[in-house]
Amino acid sequence: MSRSLARLAAGAALVLFAVLFILPLLWMVSTSLQPEGQVLSGTGNALTHLIPRRLAPVNYVKALQTLHFVPYLLNTLYVCVLVVAGTLASCTVVAYGFSRLRWPGRDTLFSIMLATIMLPPAVLLLPQFVVFRSLGWVGTYKPLIVPAFLGNAFFIFLLRQFFLGIPEELTDAARIEGASEPQILWHVIAPLAKPALVTVALLCFVWSWTDFMGPLVYLSDDRMYTLTVGLASFLDRHRADWSGLMAGTTLVTTPLAVLFLLGQRFFVRGIQMTGLKG
Amino acid sequence: MSLADRRRLVRGLLFVSPWLVGFVGLQLYPMLLSLYLSFCRYNTLTPPRFVGIENYRTMLFADEYVWTSIGNTLFMMLELPASVVLGIGTALLLNRAARAIGLFRTLYCLPYVLPSVSAGLLWLWVLNSDQGLVNALLGLLHIPGPSWLKDAQWAKPGFMLMDLWGIGGSTLIYLAALQGVPQHLHEAAELDGAGPWARFRHVTLPAVSPTVFFLVVTGALGVLQYFAQTFVMTKGQPENSTLFFGLYLFQNAFEYFRMGFACAMAWLLFLVALLATYLIFRTSARWVYYEAQEGAR
Repeated sequence: MSRSLARLAAGAALVLFAVLFILPLLWMVSTSLQPEGQVLSGTGNALTHLIPRRLAPVNYVKALQTLHFVPYLLNTLYVCVLVVAGTLASCTVVAYGFSRLRWPGRDTLFSIMLATIMLPPAVLLLPQFVVFRSLGWVGTYKPLIVPAFLGNAFFIFLLRQFFLGIPEELTDAARIEGASEPQILWHVIAPLAKPALVTVALLCFVWSWTDFMGPLVYLSDDRMYTLTVGLASFLDRHRADWSGLMAGTTLVTTPLAVLFLLGQRFFVRGIQMTGLKG
Repeated sequence: MSLADRRRLVRGLLFVSPWLVGFVGLQLYPMLLSLYLSFCRYNTLTPPRFVGIENYRTMLFADEYVWTSIGNTLFMMLELPASVVLGIGTALLLNRAARAIGLFRTLYCLPYVLPSVSAGLLWLWVLNSDQGLVNALLGLLHIPGPSWLKDAQWAKPGFMLMDLWGIGGSTLIYLAALQGVPQHLHEAAELDGAGPWARFRHVTLPAVSPTVFFLVVTGALGVLQYFAQTFVMTKGQPENSTLFFGLYLFQNAFEYFRMGFACAMAWLLFLVALLATYLIFRTSARWVYYEAQEGAR
């Protein structure tokens, strides 16, 4: 009897938390759909306003224009796609070198690389800025994109763990048949590692999309902005227009939410891998 | 070194060369450069001028905002214990939700995938004192809500609420740890007459403790770098109550153009991060042992 009561309580808590997590998002969408004056009117509160009485899709038209959504979306996609491409190319090759090849010094270098995962981005931001500035790259997309082609310690680690799980016999057989290492990587390892590669691609895409510090520091021309920086400057220009701001936030957030829903099982695995490093 | 060894070395280095170039060019060299700059006065327009330990002395003894920001940052560490409890709690709930786990996992994690700028903007509105969602919910319980981000006392707790809302990532990691707890341990404890609390305390908690430790350390590192949210939402206000170390570092570098001083701040952050990393590696022997034990089953 007490057992079923406990189950009921746990079920109720499960639902309660789900409501608390999702309510702000619902409210964001609801605010974005209401006329500007409506949300700040004196009567009622956030909960009574949760279901819009009058719909005003015009907020979205306004937000699309003032946020420069389409150009910023294209900028963001440009950066994200190149970052994902660079990350996949470099990390696959490096992870192969750290897992399927045997060479003196490999494990020492690998532990150095593991240690760099813990290096806080805020520590590197400034020194890297100085370096990119001396290269004349500030004000271009290069500081956001080029580093991706030089690998990312966490993704290398993630791929290496996956590569280690692929049976040695497969690569040995390919070697006996005379395949070179790049051929083995391309024809044997990469096809088998597809789930891990998808995980890396998705996580990398999301991190690049949500990055704020990078674009903020390196992009000076507002026509080059990505969505996150664009959204922040939209906020600075429209401080009290909550409907418009929420419409903008919804626009920037939705693509990510959809991507998360579609690729959930890859995301979950990737996020759980972040707990395994160290 | 034999010829074969040398050839394998060259081949290995060739494969890892992208990372090696990145490590030297984007991490090692910039860090050394910033170490040098931290001993200089440098406004990015005129060449750096060596001033010895002046920046460090100013940082630790003269610039009051550094200590304000350190105090604010340390205060934010209070969210870490709360995130452990909430993280494990939500993971336990998800772990029990056998059938609908997929749906609930999605709902719990959706806030986590929001860009911090979006989350910050949304929470400016959620924490709005008159029309905000949080105060409306508190109103249901007949609790008068504070002005949150407009009140120096309540701004940091407001940020903590927002961070706890985005707990989803930690929940997933705790969930993986929970699912790694061998079922036979639970069964054995139950046979010995252990109740739910005793089983949690003596079976589950020890098994997830390495995860707790890891997430607390990485969480602390995250708090030390707290930036995007406060930059978007409050810019350190009101009354500098949300001036965090990461924000002040950024302002010194890119708004006040005190590059050398900011480099000194970054190095202080680096030393603290180094200490945290050292702690993780020192204790990792303990939790690698757990995993090995599990693998041996």
